[in-house]
Amino acid sequence: MKKFFAQSYLWLLLALLYAPIIIIAVFSFTEAKVLGNWTGFSTKLYTSLFSGGVRHSLLDAIENTFTIALVAAAASTILGSIAAIGIHNMRGRKRQAITFLNNIPMLNPDIITGISLFLLFVSLGVTQGYTTVVLAHIAFCTPYVVLSVMPRLQQMNPNIYEAALDLGATPFQALRKVIIPEIRPGMISGFILAFTLSIDDFAVTIFTIGNQGLETLSTYIYADARKGGLTPELRPLSTIIFVTVLLLLIVINVRARRAARKQENI
Amino acid sequence: MVTNSDTIIKIEHLSKAFGDKVVLDDINLDIRRGEFITLLGPSGCGKTTLLRMIAGFLKPDSGVILMEGNDISDVPPHRRPLNTVFQRYALFPHLNVYDNIAFGLKLNKVPAAEIESRVRKALKMVSMTDYEDRDVNSLSGGQQQRVAIARAIVNRPKVLLLDEPLAALDLKMRKDMQMELKQMHSELGITFIYVTHDQEEALTLSDTVVVMSDGQIQQIGSPIDIYNEPVNSFVADFIGESNILNGTMVRDREVEFIGHSFECVDEGFGNNAPVDVVVRPEDIYIIANAENAKFTGTVKSCIFKGVHYEMFVETDKGYELILQDYNAFDVDSTVGMFIKPSDIHVMHKERTCNTFEGKMLADNKVEILGAEFECENCAIAEGENIYANINFDRVELLDNKEDGIVMGEVVFILYKGNHYHLTVLTDDGEKIYVDTNDIWDKGDIVGISIAPSDLHITKRV
Repeated sequence: MKKFFAQSYLWLLLALLYAPIIIIAVFSFTEAKVLGNWTGFSTKLYTSLFSGGVRHSLLDAIENTFTIALVAAAASTILGSIAAIGIHNMRGRKRQAITFLNNIPMLNPDIITGISLFLLFVSLGVTQGYTTVVLAHIAFCTPYVVLSVMPRLQQMNPNIYEAALDLGATPFQALRKVIIPEIRPGMISGFILAFTLSIDDFAVTIFTIGNQGLETLSTYIYADARKGGLTPELRPLSTIIFVTVLLLLIVINVRARRAARKQENI
Repeated sequence: MVTNSDTIIKIEHLSKAFGDKVVLDDINLDIRRGEFITLLGPSGCGKTTLLRMIAGFLKPDSGVILMEGNDISDVPPHRRPLNTVFQRYALFPHLNVYDNIAFGLKLNKVPAAEIESRVRKALKMVSMTDYEDRDVNSLSGGQQQRVAIARAIVNRPKVLLLDEPLAALDLKMRKDMQMELKQMHSELGITFIYVTHDQEEALTLSDTVVVMSDGQIQQIGSPIDIYNEPVNSFVADFIGESNILNGTMVRDREVEFIGHSFECVDEGFGNNAPVDVVVRPEDIYIIANAENAKFTGTVKSCIFKGVHYEMFVETDKGYELILQDYNAFDVDSTVGMFIKPSDIHVMHKERTCNTFEGKMLADNKVEILGAEFECENCAIAEGENIYANINFDRVELLDNKEDGIVMGEVVFILYKGNHYHLTVLTDDGEKIYVDTNDIWDKGDIVGISIAPSDLHITKRV
């Protein structure tokens, strides 16, 4: 009996958590303009999402979102990995201080990050647009990359860098041939994390996107919702993004599990 | 720069400090070509730091390292013609055995065919043929160490550095690897610089042993010299078992210790000079018949050690000696003992009392060891520089560290037959030597106190 209640509690909780997403996913397969009306099964919304035409600006927003995410994730992976190596080589209080400084932007509310970046760009007289959004995303993604690369560095045998130098590698060759292969799993996790964070972001983006007509998915949906009623195509889009994120999460988890098992075997 | 062509590495006045802590203090060392030299010492003695400087991972604060006459102090590690075997193997986990060993050759753009043959030869040398394609993480500790050795020697370095390479292996494997290393050394004909804290390993493997302690070289010599002719009580205590005793050199060829006078072979110490005497446990002959013996004693314990028995004997004058013999003697039985003149090793005493530099303060007080101590009847004016002398047995150690005038840590303990000779390091970094009958452990934090009447003050000019 006790077990039954425990089980039902769990399922109830999961149902509440996932109900909104499931509803959107279900209603993405019907044509009704208003969410909640079922007018029979149809994949029309999916085709019209990708066929452009009327919804041209939505497709633009999707494209912007993904290119910004790719550039920002790539740049923050490089910056974050280099920073992690640097922090790893520090000692004592200096290292503690830098780790602390790295953690603050992650705990800082996005809205504060957004406003401060906005003020920074304004005070520097930079025209806001694509570049400023990318820079802003790099700024808030990099600490997460540092955080996912650090554990790999800590697990690494501290002598292997020296071993590479000892065998005739220049510091750069040692980095490329020994350190990077060792921390690659952390870099990949960091990249995926940065990518999803960038796609997801609204608060920072809205403050740095400027008024040149550039839209990302989040700002598009926000503007669309304010115009009155959500465009029906957002339903299939949300579903696709949810499934993509779900798949990415599964990949990250499987990788982490495999790495843990490998660690145990050693 | 003049260097003997036989010297491959010459180290001159090398010093290094990490913050306030001096880890290497004016090291001078010549390493001959083809020699198997071991840096031996307890942890924290600076041996690994010295090795890392030779490899190029650390820069000296002062002094130079010459290799074949050229100063290499500023040459980065990847341009030094030497290779290192690390304590924790440090294999590259993402590469298999073959690629690990070929790593250095590939960097040096050695042709592929030559790499192949050299890797195979190196694998054969460490008895790891057929392991080329194995993942290094799947190998045992001993196998990983073999791969690490192969990875180093495949580059044909002029000098091979080994940093406690066998420390992580079990005893049996360690013994096997020791023999293999020694054989490898004679086959390759290159210089091996080996770091270990295991004195037995050092004696087994080396042509030359360098005993280090506190960042300084205590003694350089062949294993036999180091064992038979230790220069001070630290070396005598660190290498093998030994009885280290206070003695007096009565005159040339006659030394007195444990309350008896012995004939010895040492000369030139002067008459009635205080000395340290070292007698190895296997050099004390023990017989059941007490009448014909030089001195007698009572067996306190007798333990079987495999080849021999190890016994503790209390002598007629109350000194405790450790000795080894093939025969067992009953506990509580009275035995006779004698020692051959050539087996008595006499060493100069490094010091006969504590001496500290300080300053005279007002009201019969002096400032030494970074604190104020009281003294008696001092006719020296305030502000004068002074020396304070305290006999070893007049320093009082207190359990409760707050009760002492200064605090210290017991860093070294030497048993002298009937008392302990301790080295206590104060917070100020000064060493106080203490003779005591109380039992302290290494690492104990103690309070230190000195009675005013035991402080002997003299003027320092």
